[in-house]
Amino acid sequence: MAISATESIMIIAVCTACTFLERALPFIIFRGREVPDIVRYLGRVLPMAIMATLVIYCIKGISFASMGGWVPMVIASAATVVLHLWKGNTMLSIFGGTICYMVLIQMVFV
Amino acid sequence: MPKTLRYAIKHSFPIFISFVPVALAYGVLMESAGYNFVWTGACSFFVLAGSLQYLMVSFFAGGVSLATVAVMALMVNSRHIFYGLSFIEKFRSFGLWKYFLIFSLTDENYSLHCSHNFPDDINEKWAYVVTATLPWLYWVVLSIAGALIGTLIPFDTTGIDFALTALFIVILIEQMKGADNRLPALLAFISSITCLFFFGPSNFILPSLLITVALLTILRARIEPEKPEKEGN
Repeated sequence: MAISATESIMIIAVCTACTFLERALPFIIFRGREVPDIVRYLGRVLPMAIMATLVIYCIKGISFASMGGWVPMVIASAATVVLHLWKGNTMLSIFGGTICYMVLIQMVFV
Repeated sequence: MPKTLRYAIKHSFPIFISFVPVALAYGVLMESAGYNFVWTGACSFFVLAGSLQYLMVSFFAGGVSLATVAVMALMVNSRHIFYGLSFIEKFRSFGLWKYFLIFSLTDENYSLHCSHNFPDDINEKWAYVVTATLPWLYWVVLSIAGALIGTLIPFDTTGIDFALTALFIVILIEQMKGADNRLPALLAFISSITCLFFFGPSNFILPSLLITVALLTILRARIEPEKPEKEGN
């Protein structure tokens, strides 16, 4: 440990507080009053938009410098989509996609 | 309760799989920085934010002021500001459990809460609470395991973290299937890919979500011609 235990605990406390504060912000802003219509609308449509953003967030590390940097991600993502549209079984889609990705990056695009 | 637990285990299982490599590696990283399993467990228990916890390891190396720590922590997790917007009224109705559900509103739990599909005989509040608790437990236990035995894992887990990407893809497909209008997903894709191009992988998400919210607001009349009264997704 490069810093003291007290300093480490302070860092953990600050990070805990900041993270909680961010997650609590919408609840703090609309505390004790009616949620405005526009915010309710955003609450309805944001989940789909945020999931789409999180998908991009997950694949943000792809690189087009080499085949191995993007092909496994594209194939495995496509496999997940196809499996899900075909069978509609969440577990099957997730494990199928993941195994596909693991095989591709561990054995094919080493 | 057993029924609720069974539902929550099934619903959160993909999260468990995706946590295996990330949490184990986190424990190993903390060990190598001189922080044993007690520290690792405490960070996972209290902070409960994967990318920030990785960043904290660099804070532990010293030379970073608490003000900088606070700013960095707020920036890394800024996307979480948007998550509560869909659950303001729902969580309010859960009494004091609201605070736990807010505390545990990670990317993973947000995605699980957006895709709940529990049978009618399960109490809604407990479905949310138990579903939110399990990933927290997985995260704490797996990161402690990483600190204790992380270097002894016998098989190559490289790529297993794709489970989280796959989960997000599946949830997105389910949402698009059930939606009257798929424009929100399209707008978010355009905005995030554009921002990824301009701001780079570590800074794109906040501008992207701000632009998406702006577009959703501007295009409201097109996305939701009549106002339905239903809450959530």
